[in-house]
Amino acid sequence: MAFDDTTRAARAPRLNMRTRRALWVWAFLALPVLFYGVIRFYPTLDAFRLSFTNWNLMSPPKFIGLQNYREMFASPDFWQVFRNTFAYLIIGTPISLLLSFTVAYFLDRIRFGHAFLRALYFLPYITTASAMAWVWRWFYQPAPTGVINSVLGAMGIGGMDFLRSTTWALPSIMVTAIWAGLGFQVIIFMAGLRSIPQTYYEAARIDGVGDWAILRKITLPLLKPTTVFLVVFSSIGFLRIFDQVYNMTTNDPGGPLGSTKPLVLMIYQTAFNSYQMGAAAAQTVVLFTILLLISLLQLWILRNR
Amino acid sequence: MKSSLMRAGLLAGVAIFGANAAAADVEIEYWQYIYETRVNAMDQLIEKFEEQNPGITVKQVTFPYADYQTRVIAANMARKGPDVMQLFYGWTDNFVNGGVLQPLPKDAFPDEMIESEFFPIVGAMKRGDDYYGLPTAVRSLALFYNKALFEKAGIENPPATLDELVETAKALTETDAGGNYTTVGMTVEMGGQDHQWWREVLVRQFGGAPYSDDYSEVTYDSEAGIAATKWYTDLSTEHKVGATGFMDEGQAAFRAGRAGMTIDGTFRLGSFSSIEDFEWGVAELPANADGLRSNYASYFANGIGAGAEGEELEAAEKFLAYLTSPEAMQLWLEVVGELPARPEAALTEANLADPVYGPFLAGLEYAHTTTFFDEQAQRQVTMDMANRVFLQGQSVEDSVAEAAAEEQAILDRFH
Repeated sequence: MAFDDTTRAARAPRLNMRTRRALWVWAFLALPVLFYGVIRFYPTLDAFRLSFTNWNLMSPPKFIGLQNYREMFASPDFWQVFRNTFAYLIIGTPISLLLSFTVAYFLDRIRFGHAFLRALYFLPYITTASAMAWVWRWFYQPAPTGVINSVLGAMGIGGMDFLRSTTWALPSIMVTAIWAGLGFQVIIFMAGLRSIPQTYYEAARIDGVGDWAILRKITLPLLKPTTVFLVVFSSIGFLRIFDQVYNMTTNDPGGPLGSTKPLVLMIYQTAFNSYQMGAAAAQTVVLFTILLLISLLQLWILRNR
Repeated sequence: MKSSLMRAGLLAGVAIFGANAAAADVEIEYWQYIYETRVNAMDQLIEKFEEQNPGITVKQVTFPYADYQTRVIAANMARKGPDVMQLFYGWTDNFVNGGVLQPLPKDAFPDEMIESEFFPIVGAMKRGDDYYGLPTAVRSLALFYNKALFEKAGIENPPATLDELVETAKALTETDAGGNYTTVGMTVEMGGQDHQWWREVLVRQFGGAPYSDDYSEVTYDSEAGIAATKWYTDLSTEHKVGATGFMDEGQAAFRAGRAGMTIDGTFRLGSFSSIEDFEWGVAELPANADGLRSNYASYFANGIGAGAEGEELEAAEKFLAYLTSPEAMQLWLEVVGELPARPEAALTEANLADPVYGPFLAGLEYAHTTTFFDEQAQRQVTMDMANRVFLQGQSVEDSVAEAAAEEQAILDRFH
């Protein structure tokens, strides 16, 4: 910056290097920004507007104030779905993180069969969710079709109503969702573990620190950025759960008796089965708010102090 | 027969005249959902129609069933809707209120013609003074039974009454050592066709009515409704002849030869016809002790899109007239297996004597057609009603009352 303002003005109208570069950058960025603006941000903002209307896809939307919200909060079905959604989140996220960390931690230490095992864990993640859901759905069937119940039956134990029980259907579906996401989390954890410099471990061992202490004092603290990422990622995943639930319960979506229905499925049904777009938009706003709050909360809790 | 032939001839004449007068080729779009036999049948019908009506081409556009309604509505908003479309009779309210359909023109489809030549259930397509569509084919329910299992249990005939049904089902049911069903006597699946059977057949057979005459008010929260529900849920809880979810769904269990009996519609004939492991038969739905029978009939109608006008509207009228002609109905019966919507085409001696079509046709004569306002939500209410009894041990009385209140709330959204 050798030139002062007067010299720069004298050289106009030629754009200087920095402005030109900025223009180019924006030219290239414009496309994705426009794209996102049109297909992401505009619909998101529009959902807020629609949530105050009674739009049913066919007649033009009419402003009805907070009626959609009042009806939603007064409906016991909504609160059941709300509880289900949080059950997926609160049970699913810690269990899946604990499992994937344990797997990653031990997988990181073995050499024999390492790549093969890692591939096995990753396989479910790259398999189509609906295909997997259908396989599990058949596992869970009552005898004689369901594998699990047939084995139980052969041992003389009465069958278990996995997907036909208002108590067990949700955990049964959650198990498959955890299993499906495990591979991805294992890989990310392993990358995190590998990025911790070996010198710390060597120094600790020379000082005679035990495995447990190393894990608590070195590994976990240094793994924090990875953990934060996975907690947020996995929470959002569980809050948005849909494929597994829908495919495993197509005969009675989100059933039995709504015991497995997450918010996203409820939004889908309100919008595309009942065509109550306004009410569905209100539910979407609630989901959006929950996602936002949870993400902010987690970032705040796990922030760098 | 004569009058309709004459009319068909007249229409064909008009068609040729119209095509010549227009002198230009018109292309119209026909929309329906994807179901292999239906798409095949429509291809054949279009081919024949185009032969008879040079100058008109019909383009068939199909979508998966799950998307179909949304596509029609979205296309209509964008003014790119079909000229002629297939729609479930239960969607009529939605489609008429949303301006997706236009009323059938009175000159080509006079009311008296419709009312005298079609089964009365087409009345469900009438709003105000106008008809908004006509079906090619209609569907009704019947009892499918597995002849091999009947023989094994030493039973000769399918049950004629509800009491016999229970006894027969008991004799057919088999369980393993762990108490699991290996064969169910009767499928119990509200999510299948049982909810229609319960609504329009059982409730009436126990002396009640499911709804008020215009279907705007729930009336099954009555002694009859409770008795019908109890009889139905008892199949699973008391008589233990079947359970919801066995083999995933009722029709899968029947296909696999693990269900003695199941209630299903004409539309299932295509899929059951590929069963090779055993012979199956069809019987009329069982009567109650007094001999009262009922049935549930439904249909997909063909309507004219609101956007069709001028030449396209003319072509659409001709195509719709062809689709609802006895000739098209016979082809549809042969290819899809659904029953003709005109009694003269349906109730022929050959059809009535047919062991498969006969029971369905018999059912058509005393069938009811529910006017649904939000079909999936209403079906869900009935499924939940049964599930509360099966899974949560709620009393039948409370469950029926809860279902009635829930369904009334849905109906109130529309009235």
